Amino acid sequence: MIIHHPLLGPRDSAEFVYLGAAALMDRPDPETASADDWHDYAYLRDNPAGPHRELWFHEGGDRSILIVTRDTTTHEITDVALARPAGAQI
Amino acid sequence: MHDLTPITALGGTSQRIDTVGDVCLTEMPDVALASVAARRGKEARCRAALKPLLNADAPPPGRTTANAPFESIWTGPDQWMLLADFTTHEDIAAHLKSHLADTASVTEQTDAWVCFDLTGPRITAVLELLCTIDLTWFETGDAIRTSIHHLGCFVICTETGQSVRILGPRASAGSLHHAITTAMASAL
Repeated sequence: MIIHHPLLGPRDSAEFVYLGAAALMDRPDPETASADDWHDYAYLRDNPAGPHRELWFHEGGDRSILIVTRDTTTHEITDVALARPAGAQI
Repeated sequence: MHDLTPITALGGTSQRIDTVGDVCLTEMPDVALASVAARRGKEARCRAALKPLLNADAPPPGRTTANAPFESIWTGPDQWMLLADFTTHEDIAAHLKSHLADTASVTEQTDAWVCFDLTGPRITAVLELLCTIDLTWFETGDAIRTSIHHLGCFVICTETGQSVRILGPRASAGSLHHAITTAMASAL
């Protein structure tokens, strides 16, 4: 599987580490979250058959974390973006 | 009074040189290294401060600069590795910090890496066995971080098809040296 890194171009997926669903970036606010919120965040995941937004860490490369949209039934990757907020600035 | 003997990353008192066919692997002990990471919101000021040090703009993704005294490699977004001659710039981190001030975090990296130069007309055959770099497009001034035998390494093209510099984790210098020399013996 080839991941098209936004800065570095096509890279082999073996250079990456899968970090889970991109929804993990939406962490509950520690000041206001209830125990149920934390339970949902820690344990509950969607399991879609189709497009899935997920985090991939470029461990064997520039160490950036990417948001990859991958179809879980075909492994087709339709979108790759940097996860860092300032991603537009290189 | 201590009486200490300086040794290279591979444990010798002088650089290790291995030659297979017409390709030569040379351990480069006299390289001073420091990483520069621009601080959030100060990226533009960091680039401006780097420019006179590098005698060039800070390199874009996958690229390097090679002007004395500081060479540089792009290592990540708003992050670079700077290289200099150890004999004149042993204090590279302090030197850079004095110029970059609060625009960047500077970390000494000299003793964290082992540096090899791989030179010769058939290095492409060796690199093909070692890493996943697309060597078709790997030209002078390119630098790629990749895995060599599961070790995260920087590979810098210093002359297209003729010469590369490899930076790898110093704690695994022996393993990396073994991997490269084995590939040389296999490929050449």
